Amino acid sequence: MSSYERIIAVVFALGLLLASALAANAQGANAQSYEAALAGFTKDSFNDTDDAINAVAASGSPLALQVIEALQDGRLLFTADKVFFTDQSGTLLDAASGKPPATAPTDAQPVRVNNRLRRTIEAALGALTLMSPDPAKRVEAAQAVFKSHEASALATLEAALAKESDGRVKRALSEAHAAVILFQDDAKEEDKLAAVTVVRDRADQDARGLLAGLPSGQSPAVQKAAADAIASIDNRLAMWSGVQNAWYGLSLGSVLLLAAIGLAITFGVMGVINMAHGEMVMLGAYTTFVVQEVIRQKAISLFIPFTDIGFRIPLPFDLSIDWSLPIAVPLAFLVSGFIGILIERGIIRFLYGRPLETLLATWGLSLILQQAVRTQFGPTNKDVSNPSWMSGAFELGGITITYNRLWIIVFTLAVFVALLGLLRFTRLGLEMRAVTQNRQMAAAMGIRTARIDALTFGLGSGIAGIAGVALSQIDNVSPNLGQGYIIDSFLVVVFGGVGNLWGTLVGAFSLGIANKFLEPYAGAVLGKIAILVLIILFIQKRPRGLFALKGRAVEA
Amino acid sequence: MDERTTSALLYLDAVTVSFDGFRALNDLSLLVQPGEMRAIIGPNGAGKTTMMDVITGKTRPDTGDVYFDGKYDLTTLDETQIAELGIGRKFQKPTVFDMHTVEDNLRLALKGDRQARKTLVWRETPAEQARINEILGTIRLGSVRARVAGSLSHGQKQWLEIGMLLAQDPKLLLVDEPVAGMTDVETHQTAELLKQINQHKTVVVVEHDMTFVRELGVKVTCLHEGSVLAEGTIDQVSQNDRVVEVYLGR
Amino acid sequence: MTSSPLIRALDRGAVGFVLVLAAIGVLVPLLNLMLPPTSAWQVPTYLVALWGKYTCYAILALSIDLIWGYCGILSLGHGAFFALGGYAMGMYLMRQIGTRGVYANPILPDFMVFLNWPELPVYWYGFNHFAYAALMVVLVPGLLAFVFGWFAFRSRVTGVYLSIITQAMTFALTLAFFRNNFGFGGNNGLTDFKDILGFNVQAQSTRAALFAISVLALIIAFLICRTIVASKLGMVLVSIRDAGARTRFLGYRVENYKLLVFTLSACMAGVAGALYVPQVGIINPSEFAPGNSIEAVIWVAVGGRGTLIGAVIGAIAVNYGKTTFTSGTLAPYWLFVLGSLFVLVTLLLPRGIVGTWHHLWQKLRERRTAAANPQVAAQAEPTPKPAE
Repeated sequence: MSSYERIIAVVFALGLLLASALAANAQGANAQSYEAALAGFTKDSFNDTDDAINAVAASGSPLALQVIEALQDGRLLFTADKVFFTDQSGTLLDAASGKPPATAPTDAQPVRVNNRLRRTIEAALGALTLMSPDPAKRVEAAQAVFKSHEASALATLEAALAKESDGRVKRALSEAHAAVILFQDDAKEEDKLAAVTVVRDRADQDARGLLAGLPSGQSPAVQKAAADAIASIDNRLAMWSGVQNAWYGLSLGSVLLLAAIGLAITFGVMGVINMAHGEMVMLGAYTTFVVQEVIRQKAISLFIPFTDIGFRIPLPFDLSIDWSLPIAVPLAFLVSGFIGILIERGIIRFLYGRPLETLLATWGLSLILQQAVRTQFGPTNKDVSNPSWMSGAFELGGITITYNRLWIIVFTLAVFVALLGLLRFTRLGLEMRAVTQNRQMAAAMGIRTARIDALTFGLGSGIAGIAGVALSQIDNVSPNLGQGYIIDSFLVVVFGGVGNLWGTLVGAFSLGIANKFLEPYAGAVLGKIAILVLIILFIQKRPRGLFALKGRAVEA
Repeated sequence: MDERTTSALLYLDAVTVSFDGFRALNDLSLLVQPGEMRAIIGPNGAGKTTMMDVITGKTRPDTGDVYFDGKYDLTTLDETQIAELGIGRKFQKPTVFDMHTVEDNLRLALKGDRQARKTLVWRETPAEQARINEILGTIRLGSVRARVAGSLSHGQKQWLEIGMLLAQDPKLLLVDEPVAGMTDVETHQTAELLKQINQHKTVVVVEHDMTFVRELGVKVTCLHEGSVLAEGTIDQVSQNDRVVEVYLGR
Repeated sequence: MTSSPLIRALDRGAVGFVLVLAAIGVLVPLLNLMLPPTSAWQVPTYLVALWGKYTCYAILALSIDLIWGYCGILSLGHGAFFALGGYAMGMYLMRQIGTRGVYANPILPDFMVFLNWPELPVYWYGFNHFAYAALMVVLVPGLLAFVFGWFAFRSRVTGVYLSIITQAMTFALTLAFFRNNFGFGGNNGLTDFKDILGFNVQAQSTRAALFAISVLALIIAFLICRTIVASKLGMVLVSIRDAGARTRFLGYRVENYKLLVFTLSACMAGVAGALYVPQVGIINPSEFAPGNSIEAVIWVAVGGRGTLIGAVIGAIAVNYGKTTFTSGTLAPYWLFVLGSLFVLVTLLLPRGIVGTWHHLWQKLRERRTAAANPQVAAQAEPTPKPAE
């Protein structure tokens, strides 16, 4: 049964309850009246049970709600002189104290209810929640009234409003009150106008729905006020929707940045387009999976595929999954970085000065890597879980922010700053920049360009590995993971320009946000197509990207 | 009365080119009259090659005017259009087509219909054949006409490039360091060749070799840090104090 | 260069090649149709279809070699032109099904009925006429290539940048054609063909005829490429490939040259796709996959780019390898082989099979003339390797 229907029961029960609540000792019931009320359940008569329900509800005891809920579920038991109930886990509790009884009764029977009693129970529960000691429950009850705008709840609402001290609850109660007013035929016009304002300020979909669904026959002033309010709400909603899209765009942009920045570095320093870059990302994601597996299995195992040859080393300690990411990040960096260096020394080095050939060779490499992973781990998606500090979400204004995406943005920016630092402040960074701007001159000055090439490629691949760790948290981990990001990474590099990290940053975030803004209008696929077309057109105006390096040496 | 801005064939006025803050050309002004041969000298970084880049459309000036034949604004045209107007360039490093033979290089450079469709069905006419033979004679590469250009010596490549320039039949020849890497004999031969060409065409030569420049016997312009330092005969310029200070030494 | 380009094109190698192709084009259908299946010499029909497929791939490879080997344009999206031509043919074949489809609708193909579409979309009009479809086979890829190339070449996008945006182009088309409401059959594509020009698509005689036509198309494509390559146009293309800026300074509109061959190449690829579809029996959006285009490039690299014959041989060799691997127990290893092929060919055999053959032959000839004339040999410097 939904909360709305519950509140309908509040309707007439509230009248009764209010009378009894006001009549009862307003300073809060004491345990005596609660226990006295409980006694009614031992009589095994519907009328007595009816009175007992109302009395228990009015008593103000903290156990009242549990007892009445137990009654609703058939968990309230009675003996000749005592009342018991079983809680959700099945433990038998004494209704008067709320604790397990000293001696378990042997002849306890469930208190019977009929339909009339059920309505009473509903009403009591509703009233308890509006007056519930827990502010969250009060808000929930108020929201329910807002949606159902039942006229008969008016009196209770006004009473609750008078008593209410919590600001948030008070607002919810006044909104509910306004809703009821608007649906009352005989309410005064100025009251209705005031109510429209209250509802308008609530500014969400429910408010809009309410205003749009006002009964006909309203005065022109009220109709106009409602229409204006709807327009105002629409604007607010549109704005929040825009902010939500911007958030998604930022999130996508950070992912693109992580994936593309390694590529931008290798392309900038070496002029090499590494088609196996996506696989470096994929390897990072699989590293995360392996780390989590090791933690889950509490052992490190390595077996040659299709055979039983291998080993298994159990770990002497227990680790929580929360540690998997801090372990996986440096590990993925090393794994992908190392493989990157191998690729550079083994293949790229021999294709220096032939970028198109390098493109083809690295494509072949990507096929090999994908198939190798497929053989070792299987072609299906692997399960990589979010650590606890990355699970969940929170609301900010009108939008929802998930923790995993938030952390990824933070992480991406940290990586970016670290890279900037590396390039600006370290010797390696200086040499890398020199080679980017003028390879021959750098070599002539004694910089070992071969070593720089290998380290650059390793760095770019290592960062791709880290990107894989991040991606494993929001995307499926499969051998095809890299393929999904390689083209986007290229577009970021092509769009943002080469030789400048800021170009990659701007490129990645612009593409991410543009993508997400187009999506609601055109759908994900058409949005992507539109982005591709726009980039192709953009390249016309600026063939070297947004932040291109200028000057004679670069023309070569 | 025609709309020509000037009677000069090549007109540069207050041309400035900056690369990321570095001023390669700084308020450069230059006039070359039709039928003239001019020698441009100056230390490295003076802007000689950049000037040629601007004239041939490879680089756009930030400010300034560049006019050809009085009426064509070269700052608005691209390399191909400028080449079709009749400006030919020989580059600092010989850039012949290494993969083609010597005579194919000349064929490619030969003045004619450059449209893509037309080149498909193109057949060499007797007149074109004669012209190629003539050029081969002028640049003395007749004996190696079927040789792949990549296998020529450095000096031979320079001449081939001059030959390609001739084949283009331009109104203005821009020759960038034609005798770099040549022997004395070859240098002398090149000077003779250029003087011969100058009988019918306007030539601008950039060079470091002072003997060569002297042998040409023409007006000399000395560039320094992107603008004109001195202009006059070779004697006037080489005795100019500033020129001696920044370039000639001693 | 006083003779007509066609005459120059038909040198010994080219003539020999054409004759071999013609022989195959005639013999295979004969051996298939004239002999009974029990004969050892009979070419089984499934092989006819398979070799027909290889032939279409060879045409695609030729189109890639023309722009890559001779003009330096590495297009990693030619599969898109191939697929567009294929779809045009597929649409014609779908219209021919008529009432023989599952839903027996005389106008609407099955997938449209399934989607509850009330009528044929505008862009399907005309495809019931073969002439119109044939025109579209050439026009659609050509138009796309023209527009794409116009934007790309005009802004002087070259090298890896160009390759990447051709990948982006074909990727965009993959996404588009996979959508079920795009009107081209969605992820199932177009299939279940019945007739082509009134002949049953699956009949043995039709298959043989299609094979012969494909070989003819290959010969024609080869001759076109040879003519271009042997003409002054070819000379300019090579100049553009190796020294584009210099070519500009000579007054050549490099963009126009590139646009011309790129568009022509796309049309050729479209025709290849159109011949492919009736022989394979299906066209679906995975033909647009970026990986396919890259694979086509490796055929050319293996065979030897810049040789034309090499492109054909490479296409056939690699696809033969693929068929062998993927139909047997070695199937999971095919991707390892293909990937290694990419790596090894670029590292160790950059000239490809035919290119290396030519190179060795050349070296042999030079050594012979050196032995005969010592002083000439001393003068000559080594011929330069072909550049990127």
